[in-house]
Amino acid sequence: MTALERYAAPRALGEALELLREGDVTIVAGGTDVMPQSHSGKVKFGRTLLNVRRIPELAGIEREGDTARIGALTTVTALLESALVRERLPMLAAAADHFASEQVRNGATVGGNICNASPAGDLLVPLIVLDATVELAAKPNGAVETRSMPLQEFLAGPGRTRRAAHELLTAVRVPLPPRGFVARFYKYGTRPALDISAISIGVGAVRRDGRLENVRVVFGAVAPTPIRGTATERALEARPPDAATIEAAAQAAHDEVRPISDVRASAWYRQELVRNMTRRLLEDVARG
Amino acid sequence: MSLAVEIEFRLNGVVRRATVPADMSALVMLRDVLGLTGTKYGCGEGECGACTVLIDGASINSCLMFAVDCDGREMTTIEGLAGDARAERLQRAFAEHGAVQCGFCTPGMVIQATRILAEHPHPDRATIQRGLEGNLCRCTGYKKIIDAVAAAAEQA
Repeated sequence: MTALERYAAPRALGEALELLREGDVTIVAGGTDVMPQSHSGKVKFGRTLLNVRRIPELAGIEREGDTARIGALTTVTALLESALVRERLPMLAAAADHFASEQVRNGATVGGNICNASPAGDLLVPLIVLDATVELAAKPNGAVETRSMPLQEFLAGPGRTRRAAHELLTAVRVPLPPRGFVARFYKYGTRPALDISAISIGVGAVRRDGRLENVRVVFGAVAPTPIRGTATERALEARPPDAATIEAAAQAAHDEVRPISDVRASAWYRQELVRNMTRRLLEDVARG
Repeated sequence: MSLAVEIEFRLNGVVRRATVPADMSALVMLRDVLGLTGTKYGCGEGECGACTVLIDGASINSCLMFAVDCDGREMTTIEGLAGDARAERLQRAFAEHGAVQCGFCTPGMVIQATRILAEHPHPDRATIQRGLEGNLCRCTGYKKIIDAVAAAAEQA
């Protein structure tokens, strides 16, 4: 039984926001999450099914000064094909490259991957390492208003975000990293792609005079949302990535994650993976 | 009774109109509304690729796409590849290399293989494997399918 009473595919942001203000709306873009979730019962359709895929304001990747603005409708394939992403945000390109299959990458959108808020969402880990912010639009009093929020704060729990019901996620903004920035992304599944991560790890830092500064470490699939590895970061900050530092950081990573056991991996196995793969990523950073 | 929506799109080169429930997948529309059963329902959640079609030239799992989202777009199914030179080379190579056993995955494999060959006219095996990552076959063990795609590329 569906409660659907209206389907809309507006071609202007304002029109979509007016529909959202009326309430009880299910938003769809590529459909790659909404469709199976509607079959499993995880998503129950609201009164209105709002297809945002034809809204031009949500499309495209643009450089705005020292920031990349990635429209919510950007497909994972478009991320991979973007010269700006490949050259300046290679960690995001690496995550996109490990994302599902070509058929899914052609449909799945950046905005959808964010709003689905999976603890294992493939793009979320690199985006948080890169200090991304989400842009939300609403039209409460006849005019379009936008606000921004760090992505990490936006993610509230499995499948939950801090998007208000009348808001639409329009874009994600990613600061272009400074010179000397090094980053690595790692995803573990039983096969290279098309598998939900058992764990994923993102590390980013600025290398200055042989030391790592502004270190950001993010773990995916070990908590209700991707989480910052603050103890791991402290173990690395302002230190050269030598063997002793890497070992201490890998142990800190093992000790600070609190994964659950599920069908993909046991908690024990996830912690071992986090330690060993954090070590491997950092050894790779140390090699240059 | 769920909400019905009228859509119009180009299917295998021909403009088609259809009235579809708003929550229906493009796959169910193809098979149950339009009667094109070459596109297969395998898993219904984007894991197996048996339902692969081309939307505006890009391969998509039709089971994950809302039928209403086809409106105004261009769709090619396996039926629409009849007469396509690349697809016919693949068809012959699949037959010659024993790449078809039960055949259920074959339409999706062939559609996806046309995309691989369009983007990589001379693919190595790793490229073929990577391109077919989203297509499951439970019979062949993939070797013969990869052989067939490689052979079709050589014949081009």
